[in-house]
Amino acid sequence: MEELIKKLKVEIIEVLNLEEMEPGDIDSDAALFGEGLGLDSIDALELIVLLEKNYGIKIEDPKDGRKIFFSIRTMAEFITENQK
Amino acid sequence: MSLVIRKYCSIVNACINVDGKTAFSDPEQDGFKKFIRAAYRHFETDYPKFFKMDSLSKLGFLSVEVLLKGESISGKYPIEKTGIILTNGSSSLQVDEKHWDTIRNREQYFPSPSNFVYTLPNIMAGEAAIRHEFRGENTVLISEGFDAELIFNITDLAFKTGSLESCICGWVEQYEDNYESLLFLVEQSGHENMVEKSEEDVIFEPSTLLKIYKQEL
Repeated sequence: MEELIKKLKVEIIEVLNLEEMEPGDIDSDAALFGEGLGLDSIDALELIVLLEKNYGIKIEDPKDGRKIFFSIRTMAEFITENQK
Repeated sequence: MSLVIRKYCSIVNACINVDGKTAFSDPEQDGFKKFIRAAYRHFETDYPKFFKMDSLSKLGFLSVEVLLKGESISGKYPIEKTGIILTNGSSSLQVDEKHWDTIRNREQYFPSPSNFVYTLPNIMAGEAAIRHEFRGENTVLISEGFDAELIFNITDLAFKTGSLESCICGWVEQYEDNYESLLFLVEQSGHENMVEKSEEDVIFEPSTLLKIYKQEL
């Protein structure tokens, strides 16, 4: 799990152009949206693409996104549970 | 009514000039991306969204940022009477190609939403308008090269019809490592909100724009 979390942080910094950040700057349990990393709706779409492109996981119901993308850790747990 | 150039700013060859004087230069930076990032930091711009913009928007955004440094346009003119009119040669071609690369292969069809939103040159003007809260005329026109007549005619018309009382206009061109911008801050001479005309003000007319572009002024 910790390896996956580390990998996700690197991928997220790259796809979301968070150029000022290092993986160590991101708290695995902090909220990604709102007061956390301050991501926006376009970033949310980018995370959906990341899951599909890098992990082959398609989110069928967009309502699930709120729970899945709450933090890096919830993303990692979702990937672990759903990756074939 | 006569229009005057209150200030102008150019970004070309790793150098940023304001009213013909160098404000930042970093010729050692290799390529556009590194240069524009170094310039962003030099001017202590605090706008994290900058990093998410495509290269064209970064160039346009920073050009406006430097041009308006120390100016208080939004305090002087109604925001709905302040506009931004830009011209450009390559449109959003660089990010268009990047987007195309993500959709050309049906087996690997992963369009990037953050690329897609920049596949219009108007977004560059929109980014600057959002940052500075301009709500007046907002236009990007495509021309083969720097076209002083075009920039003058469209801007002049917007003032004559009463749409604008102040405007940022000019040329912002970028494709890969080829980049060039020249923006003018234009106001109406004699307008109640404009400070008295100074010797440094330059009449806004095509021949002047061309002279500034050719660095003959």
